Amino acid sequence: MDATAFEDKTTAPLSAPMHAARRHDSAHKHVAGSADYIDDMPEPAGTLHAALGMTDRAHAQILSMDFTDVEKAPGVVCVLTARDMPHSNDISPSHLDDEPVLADGLVQFHGQPAFAVIAETREQARRAARLAKIVYRDLPHVIDPADAIEQSAPLVTKPLTLKRGEAEAALDQSPRTLKGRMRIGGQEHFYLESHIAFAIPGEDDDVTVWSSTQHPSEVQHMVSHVLGVPSHAVTVQVRRMGGGFGGKETQGNQFAALAAVAAKKLNRPVKFRPDRDEDMTATGKRHDFVVDYEVGFDADGHILAVKANYAARCGFSSDLSGPVTDRALFHADNAYFYPHVLLTSQPLKTNTVSNTAYRGFGGPQGMVGGERMIEEVAYALGLDPLEVRKRNFYGEPGSGRDLTPYHQEVEDNIIARLVDELERDADYQARRKAILAFNETSRVIRKGIALTPVKFGISFTMTAFNQAGALVHVYQDGSIHLNHGGTEMGQGLYTKVAQVIADCFQVDLERVKITATTTGKVPNTSATAASSGSDLNGMAAFNAARQIKERLIAFAAERWQTTPDAIRFVPNHVEIGTERIPFPELVKLAYFARVHLSAAGFYKTPKIHWNRETGRGMPFYYFAYGASCSEVSIDTLTGEYMVDRVDVLHDVGRSLNPAIDIGQVEGAFVQGMGWLTTEELWWDDKGRLRTHAPSTYKIPLASDRPKIFNVKLADWSENRQPTIGRSKAVGEPPFMLPISVLEALSMAVASVDGYRQCPKLDAPATPERVLMAVERLKRG
Amino acid sequence: MTDESRAIRFILNDRTVTLDDVGPTTTLLDYLRLSRRLTGTKEGCAEGDCGACTVLVGRLAGDELVYEGVNACIRFVGSLHATHVVTVEHLAAKDGALHPVQQALVDYHGSQCGFCTPGFVMSLYGLWLSKDRPGRADIEKALQGNLCRCTGYEPIVRAAEAVGAARPDAVFDPILSMRDRVRTELKTIKTGETIVIGEGQRLVVPGSVAALAEVLENHPQATIVAGSTDVGLWVTKQMRQLSPVVFINGLDALQEITETPDGLTLGAGVTYSAAYPTLARLYPAFGRLIDRIGGDQVRNMGTIGGNVANGSPIGDTPPALIALGARLTLRSAKGTRVLPLEEFFIQYGRQDRQPGEFVESLFIPAAKPEDHFAVYKISKRRDEDISALCGAFHLTLDAQGKVATLRIAFGGMAGTPKRAAQAEAAMIGRTWNEETVALGQAALAGDYQPLTDWRASAAYRSLTAANLLTRFLLETTGQAAELTRFTGAA
Repeated sequence: MDATAFEDKTTAPLSAPMHAARRHDSAHKHVAGSADYIDDMPEPAGTLHAALGMTDRAHAQILSMDFTDVEKAPGVVCVLTARDMPHSNDISPSHLDDEPVLADGLVQFHGQPAFAVIAETREQARRAARLAKIVYRDLPHVIDPADAIEQSAPLVTKPLTLKRGEAEAALDQSPRTLKGRMRIGGQEHFYLESHIAFAIPGEDDDVTVWSSTQHPSEVQHMVSHVLGVPSHAVTVQVRRMGGGFGGKETQGNQFAALAAVAAKKLNRPVKFRPDRDEDMTATGKRHDFVVDYEVGFDADGHILAVKANYAARCGFSSDLSGPVTDRALFHADNAYFYPHVLLTSQPLKTNTVSNTAYRGFGGPQGMVGGERMIEEVAYALGLDPLEVRKRNFYGEPGSGRDLTPYHQEVEDNIIARLVDELERDADYQARRKAILAFNETSRVIRKGIALTPVKFGISFTMTAFNQAGALVHVYQDGSIHLNHGGTEMGQGLYTKVAQVIADCFQVDLERVKITATTTGKVPNTSATAASSGSDLNGMAAFNAARQIKERLIAFAAERWQTTPDAIRFVPNHVEIGTERIPFPELVKLAYFARVHLSAAGFYKTPKIHWNRETGRGMPFYYFAYGASCSEVSIDTLTGEYMVDRVDVLHDVGRSLNPAIDIGQVEGAFVQGMGWLTTEELWWDDKGRLRTHAPSTYKIPLASDRPKIFNVKLADWSENRQPTIGRSKAVGEPPFMLPISVLEALSMAVASVDGYRQCPKLDAPATPERVLMAVERLKRG
Repeated sequence: MTDESRAIRFILNDRTVTLDDVGPTTTLLDYLRLSRRLTGTKEGCAEGDCGACTVLVGRLAGDELVYEGVNACIRFVGSLHATHVVTVEHLAAKDGALHPVQQALVDYHGSQCGFCTPGFVMSLYGLWLSKDRPGRADIEKALQGNLCRCTGYEPIVRAAEAVGAARPDAVFDPILSMRDRVRTELKTIKTGETIVIGEGQRLVVPGSVAALAEVLENHPQATIVAGSTDVGLWVTKQMRQLSPVVFINGLDALQEITETPDGLTLGAGVTYSAAYPTLARLYPAFGRLIDRIGGDQVRNMGTIGGNVANGSPIGDTPPALIALGARLTLRSAKGTRVLPLEEFFIQYGRQDRQPGEFVESLFIPAAKPEDHFAVYKISKRRDEDISALCGAFHLTLDAQGKVATLRIAFGGMAGTPKRAAQAEAAMIGRTWNEETVALGQAALAGDYQPLTDWRASAAYRSLTAANLLTRFLLETTGQAAELTRFTGAA
């Protein structure tokens, strides 16, 4: 697209609705109960229902499967196994051919589906699925990532090394060094709407699949691959998801493929909605990590060298573990300059469900590890960790302290200003002093406070994914149909992109109809992931709208015999010289003059490049920044705690919609806080995940959110890159803000020993981990 | 059984429904979504933990019409006789204008993905009906049974505050506007007849306690369902096929709360919510415990009698009840028998309930004003979580400050809720101080050998149990140091 044309637009004062706080486009339907999710759609006559047949071994050969009782059960129409996949039984998104739709002879994690039952009702399918008799031969299993390291377990994909300078030598020469290990737990997405796919067969090879997916194009490609039909035969649609958070980037493939196979085989619509427990057992989660680190530093807390290995529990297959563990390394520096650095990843194969994308995509784990190193240095020197942070921030471009471990320059650094502002606004120093005094006299309750920064790189590290398409139609009545490759999972993407279009044409938002994402309108799209939704789709849609607008301008200039610069789009009207006509009127005239009122838009992120072999490049178009300050109280008798107050200052560039962006920041904070506090995944010795439903897996409640919760956007920030409206991505970066909660808990624990030791509080910091850390420190 | 009916009747939004062919374990959620195509009510977990399926159920309590939020996913249709079920579709006016509660959620950006939203609407609507100007503590309590993964709750709480603070005078309210009609109709429906549906009496709604005893005599293996907060999961998660199922939630006689100078009697059908005001007044610590059992939806359905009868090793209320010396009355067609509650729990999964017997009531002896009673629930998440352990302490001191009587009971520390006999013995007769508590703590190791599971490790359970004795000592000596989110919380 013409970047200069866009430049003109963004530097001019913009009228609403772009940059205005607008409600979510579906808000009214949400509260009325009339927003349709896939399970709410009317079912065509003859609709069948599917259920997963799950195995109960962590690692075993399947010797036999007997479906006699399953097939005799009421309502059962058929049973599908790996052999029934018409073309391929593989849905590996990394194309490593390591992810079967259904286990074929080998069970690699407890619960792995080995068959699917299709029945007249969902209840009949679920009941029947429990009646199979499977005979196994057990094989040894590895569940825990620390065990996997110990046993040098195989890797699911090639590891990454990031290297700058000579870390080993610099460690040897550092005045002080320390070593440590941190364990960081995984996380269940817990989207409120579990996975669902609804396949409706068509003529020839055709099938339409409604899928709750962040990546319709991939579902399309996987379904066509499994069926052995061209991609053009498969149409995938999604209007909205009941939450995604990365959990619906690749994990919907299985349900969509099975529903489509059954639908084509039986020539009847097939709906596949797993139960919550099945969803949590059979679909991937955030990766757990074990970080082994070594830091060299001086007496003032300046970090001189960092060497760290990031090992991850990837599960049985590669899925997205390669890029996830890469992104962990990309964020091990967070906002800090490491003069010498050596980072390695270790994507471990384990007999657990294959871990996958989750908001932050490895970045949070990388960052938590990096912040642990800062904390260790601070405790080793008896300094306030905030002081150590400030001393290690990246410098201005040209300072010699602006190069990341992957050799990208940090050109847009605003972290020092953000942190200073937050430190002042949150009254950090005075509150810290008061807390230190409180802890001196309080026997049972102890408090902690921490202020931590976030710097998060924006772009898919797989360069090809940084492209997007859109389709805009203007109808004769002036109403506008908007479609793009992005998906709506609650984050407000549809609203933001509609604002872009409405702004471009200067029409009311209501004139723009947001339509369900479908592979039939915009092809070859990327996942709505990596926080890139509005950056990519906003630009693609703008590009489409701009083409139509330019045609309208050309038409008007010709008809009114004037020059294009005499034509201005003003709210709901177009001014041509001194004449002013309503937008729909111009559209109608244009139609009769045979002006093409539809356009496909396209965008690709400029500048970025990345060479994984050399570990060098510019994987990120820009960085998003933020900082948070958290205060907590803990009970040193039980380990229970409360988050008393949180202050956040976050950078979204020039916000496309401050209401939506603040919602993203608040929501990400609480979700990230859950990851670091109460959300614990627990496997038993048989490799069974025992926390597979909300009764056992505890995401935050309203009463867990910070008691005082002040969230501010850095309204002075503008993206230095010409992104849509100079905004910045917002989905993932704020997820890492609650690292300050973990560290505030850590400070409260440290108080029992006069802050002499770093508590090394692992995540999630459940009440149990807090109490055990208190006990450890008391023992000295 | 003399008077028998073959159908259950209830009001669904604005229509009366008569069902003569409903399964004993058909859930309200499936009925709404599959049979009525009322798809605003969502399934998020099918175990009563996420609240996406929240609907209001109105019932007659005496002459009063009471509306409570419940989890439709684990509520059986058979339990709805003579009630008014209100779903999210009923809230907006006929012209589509949103109810103020809905409008506030829109105005404050309280929905993102929107899937949990209908449940939040219903919980907040329930709060709106029952409480003027709710504070943050009230709002958080009303939302304990609703999970949202997108918003971080802040905008939802702000919406609730705003709509509670400025209640418009002339709002069309779908429930208030039809209150009289509903009350009259429910009275007509609630005849006291026993309802039997299906061959072999698959579904029974007894019209009286005597009818219940008779049903159980004929069908000793029948499943008794009061709140279905436990049995609901047998069906949705374990896919158990239950028949016959006997619904007792409509039996007014089991819902009596009787206070005498000797103590308090709770009928087996008294829900947590119904018991709360009395228990919180008599034993404030018990009230605070109830605040942390499930969410409002579960407390509105679940009964203390059911909690005892199902014999969970965690047992939300049994540790507190045992520490208070509660006695259980079991009834059958042959008569009644009374036993101390701790004797009811024999071992994991086994209770002293004979075929044909049902829990009729619980009696809690009156505590003296000088008694010290505390109950501490420890869980991974503060609210709406199952205890990792729960300790209850009931202490009386003599004039010299020595331990006169002491009853300690823990849940989560053994296969059943269990008294700490050795710890009690180690401390009785000694001066109530740190030395004595240290003796009790040492003795606890003999009382309990807890397990490691997903809620906590054995080591954490043992350590915390001992530390709770310290907390109790501090509390009884004026050094209370428990974390509280809101001081003087509702």
